[in-house]
Amino acid sequence: MLKIEAVLQPSKLDAVKDALLEAGIEGMTILEARGHGRQKGHTEFYRGREYTVDLLPKVKIELVLLDDLKEKAIQAIIGAARTGRIGDGKIFVSRIDEAIRIRNDERGETAL
Amino acid sequence: MSNHARLLSLLPAMVIFSPAALAQTPASAPVTQAQISALQQAVVNAQSAGDNAWMLVSAALVLLMTGPGLALFYGGLVRKKNILGTMMQSFAMMGLVTIIWAICGYSLAFGHGNAFVGGFEHLFLRGVTLTPNTDYAATIPEQTYMVYQLMFAIITPALITGAFAERMKFSAMAVFLSLWSVFVYCPMAHMVWGVGGLLNSTGGHIPSLDFAGGTVVHVTSGVSALVTCIFLGKRIGYPQTNMPPHSMVLSFIGACLLWVGWFGFNAGSALGASPLATSAFINTHFAAAAAALGWTIAEWIHNGKPTALGAISGAVAGLVAITPASGFVQPFPALLIGLIAGAFCSFMVFEVKSRLRYDDSLDAFGVHGAGGTLGALLTGLFATSAINSIYGKGVPTGAIDGHWGQELNQLAGVGIAWSISIVGTLVLLFVVDRVIGLRVSPEQEAEGLDLSQHGEEGYDLNS
Repeated sequence: MLKIEAVLQPSKLDAVKDALLEAGIEGMTILEARGHGRQKGHTEFYRGREYTVDLLPKVKIELVLLDDLKEKAIQAIIGAARTGRIGDGKIFVSRIDEAIRIRNDERGETAL
Repeated sequence: MSNHARLLSLLPAMVIFSPAALAQTPASAPVTQAQISALQQAVVNAQSAGDNAWMLVSAALVLLMTGPGLALFYGGLVRKKNILGTMMQSFAMMGLVTIIWAICGYSLAFGHGNAFVGGFEHLFLRGVTLTPNTDYAATIPEQTYMVYQLMFAIITPALITGAFAERMKFSAMAVFLSLWSVFVYCPMAHMVWGVGGLLNSTGGHIPSLDFAGGTVVHVTSGVSALVTCIFLGKRIGYPQTNMPPHSMVLSFIGACLLWVGWFGFNAGSALGASPLATSAFINTHFAAAAAALGWTIAEWIHNGKPTALGAISGAVAGLVAITPASGFVQPFPALLIGLIAGAFCSFMVFEVKSRLRYDDSLDAFGVHGAGGTLGALLTGLFATSAINSIYGKGVPTGAIDGHWGQELNQLAGVGIAWSISIVGTLVLLFVVDRVIGLRVSPEQEAEGLDLSQHGEEGYDLNS
């Protein structure tokens, strides 16, 4: 089992979600987040004062899935979220030791 | 209704009164003295009904400026942990000042007294009845005049709250501003508008022109705001930490409500549904529009972008500056006053505040103190007897009529407003700080006024 975490521009969330569903990936968790990578922030002006906003709104998608769906999921996310500009986001992949369905105590891959 | 019916029933008598009608209908009954008296009374009643309707609407419009207008305008400009605390400061004035006004405020402002403060004859509204007080407004019940003036007394201390936003205890704020309304607002209102007041434009020693409260409302509140924010010190983290407005949308709605409410403030100050009210209404609107433009252009040049906050701040600055002039100037000078005020107040906020490093958090001084002072001086320049012959028919009013001496009177009015505000505010702050303590603790300031002062949150999106 793998966990895929993808940090995205909020405006790309719907497109990524639809692409994942189309790729046959069911179940995901969406977190609203703030952050920045190399992109840095932007400046705002209020009554002549300049404010630097360096933590920008992001969304983070978390998926836990079977090993052989890995490339399909990654391609779906990239296909929907890439604009080619700085700030498109990042994808992280890690191993998952165990999954448990709370409803009936199923364990392992059947719990996904 | 009954007045109108009576007036109509007397119309035949009016027709008979003209010689031509007399010739045609010689057989009609002669007009009696009683009928003429009844007719005169009906005319008086009709004018009173019209004026009273406008003044009651105006009073409601001026209250609309404080809540929700100012409460939203200021509320949107603070961080979200302080929105309720900020709105409550304006709302508290709606309650507290009303009670003070009924007990002693109206008497101290509009009682006879001396040149500096009113007397005690109207304590607990004694003698303030439903018949007109000819000293102030001969066509409306004195209680209408009293409640209209009350709305001004409410918004004035509420304006000060913008300077000390996000850091004063609710208890200290309530006591400080209650005392302020008695010891600073009432004397200033008396000097400018009260019978026998020092600066009263009709009969005062130094006739100073202030149609709707440029000095009484805006200079006093703006200068007191400056004194208060310096006395209190900066917010923790200012100016290193970002403290941007949390909702420009709320501020936008608030500013637009202020603009609309200001028609009651300025056009209502004609104290009747007269042509002078129309003049003040138009001047008010023109100045707001021009000042929004003035601030926006200045900001566009200065920062490269025309912001929404700049446009609405400019409109408020223009409304402030036209307030003393609204019943004395022609429409084009009103546009000019607005344009100058928008550019001047933006300069006060952009440059002067950051150079002098005081934390006038929501720019109560930069807009009201600076705009009010500028407006009072420009009133002396542009006031004309063509609009309001306050010194008599054809007697020059302001510098534009050739009466440059008026500018000195305006300077005196501004000087006295600055002086009473600085001294009164300093003394009251010192006393309240000793007895209650003005500032919340650093922990409470970090937590926000909503939770620390009121035990509530403005936004609970998880509930």
